[in-house]
Amino acid sequence: MGSDKATDRERLVAQLEAKAPRYRVDILEMLCEAESGHPGGSLSAIDLVSAIYHYKLRHRPDDPLWADRDRFIMSKGHGVPAQYAVMSDLGYFERDKLWTLRKLGSPLQGHPCTHWLAGIDASTGSLGQGLSVAQGVGIGLRLSRSKAHVYCLMGDGETQEGQVWEAAMSMAKYRVDNVTVILDYNKAQIDGLTRDVMDIEPLADKWRAFGWHVQTIDGHDYRQILAALDQAAAVQGQPSYIIAHTIKGKGVSFMEQNPVSWHGVSPNREDTDRAIAEIRKRAGIDAKEAVR
Amino acid sequence: MNRATRDPFGETLARLGKTDERIVVLDADLSESTRSAKFAEACPERFFEMGIQEANMISTAAGLASTGKIAFCCSFSCFITSRFDQIKVSVAYNNARVTIVGTHAGCGVGPDGYTQMALEDVAMLRTLPNLAVLQPADDLETTQIVEYLIGQHDGPAFLRLTRQKVPRVHHENYRFAYGRADRLREGSDLAIIGTGATVHAALAAASRLGDEGISASVTNIHTISPLDQDAIGQLAAETGKLMTVEDHSVIGGLGGAVCEALAATHPAMCHRVGLREFGESGSPEELFAKHHLDAEGVYREAKSFLERLG
Ligand SMILES: Cc1ncc(C[n+]2csc(CCOP(=O)(O)OP(=O)(O)O)c2C)c(N)n1
Repeated sequence: MGSDKATDRERLVAQLEAKAPRYRVDILEMLCEAESGHPGGSLSAIDLVSAIYHYKLRHRPDDPLWADRDRFIMSKGHGVPAQYAVMSDLGYFERDKLWTLRKLGSPLQGHPCTHWLAGIDASTGSLGQGLSVAQGVGIGLRLSRSKAHVYCLMGDGETQEGQVWEAAMSMAKYRVDNVTVILDYNKAQIDGLTRDVMDIEPLADKWRAFGWHVQTIDGHDYRQILAALDQAAAVQGQPSYIIAHTIKGKGVSFMEQNPVSWHGVSPNREDTDRAIAEIRKRAGIDAKEAVR
Repeated sequence: MNRATRDPFGETLARLGKTDERIVVLDADLSESTRSAKFAEACPERFFEMGIQEANMISTAAGLASTGKIAFCCSFSCFITSRFDQIKVSVAYNNARVTIVGTHAGCGVGPDGYTQMALEDVAMLRTLPNLAVLQPADDLETTQIVEYLIGQHDGPAFLRLTRQKVPRVHHENYRFAYGRADRLREGSDLAIIGTGATVHAALAAASRLGDEGISASVTNIHTISPLDQDAIGQLAAETGKLMTVEDHSVIGGLGGAVCEALAATHPAMCHRVGLREFGESGSPEELFAKHHLDAEGVYREAKSFLERLG
């Protein structure tokens, strides 16, 4: 039994690892086509988003408003291209829609919106609100006797918002244990590195002091992500916080080296081709196979 | 000359900051975008990077102002004006010398979509009795408004600026006068009233209407609050038909202010052009066209308004 589970887990890790470079390519193509958007924070978040959707989320892409579904709230709304890449792969919408990102009339709004795209569980884009919304969803599901779980992805810069700490306090009070927060801790924001702009450390100590269950992982290591998600789901009587150390622009070396500059600037065609070539080469995907 | 009004804002602030030590500037992780980074470069000891903490920034600025400083708080207008209670209590109710600087106003933001667009900011802040609501139409006017805020204005203010470039509508010798409507073109059939990024479209539309024998005046309202009531009354007396054009909700902004003024003293027909729904992603040009804020749209709105009135 135990070893079967272990093999299943290894199989899933292999699948996620195979999908990751493809999602990264989709993100870059989307942003290139849109001529605007946020590559750094989408690429740092993609492994987390992919793991949550493929491993944890109980959902129905063909019935996106299913009442008993698990919820995913992209609190750092500018990172939504990562979510769109995964959603399209899961069949929420036609793949061609990806190339309409940020264009007039597209359901793929620049920041996620519930009434533009079914499957988006909260409209976001003004940082700092998602966690409070997640709290409300968590308590509401509990009142409805649903076993559904809520995942909330946040940014480190976002963590500076006062409202985040209000939610930190109230969620401990209400023991909102059906919410798991994953922090995409890529250490950079717009005006500079997070520690220079407004340091949020010591982060684990802060959340623990507020009464949360806290774990720290490498946010690009699927084995660690899956294990942390399992542990978070098992926690009772406390909300759960996963500090995922990530790299802004992960997978594209010129972005990784310049994380602040690549926050909110989309890659042009030349940058995109260069980035995609690097991703494919590392993943051993040849260009022909990659064109799906 | 096409410039985004945030550009002369940052430059003027940096220039005046070098010699006026009362000036302090705060930003919330958007200093490159708001152009407050220009000030940060010129006067690093009087620039405060607050991180993504708009509420904390605004109330801190009010405290700074109480010690004799002249404070500017900068962010996208959507994120800063949504901290209304901090503006209301810490800033306005203390009559603090704080300017709330909101850049990236309106649907002109473009592809980022609705959450990054301030379409309600003028409506909210106009309710604060001592807070000046200012929106320049071009680079020249922006520079003079910043000079005015530092040199003369003794109280709270909101300065609404664009992300996108706007064409210059004033002559080199233009002089900004606080609280006074700025008449740019005379006309007797219709009075078009614009503010900020829509003023040049109003001028272009008026000129096209003029080619068809329709005489439309154009007035730029840079001071939305306190509004120049006399000028609005005069426009009503001249034409009896007014049309406001703004990159903002049709509720509560320039259009709302003009209608309030008309209802109080000079009843006249007023047609409001602006947004009637949430914003969305798209290019600034597409969105201006969709909401009839470009020259073509203003022209068509004017024609249908006049036809409706017969
Ligand atoms: C309330 C609010 N203030 C400002 C912004 C503008 N903004 C968009 S992204 C961003 C930086 C976010 O940094 P972080 O949370 O670390 O995101 P990441 O690095 O993961 O992209 C800022 C300031 C916003 N969206 N919302």
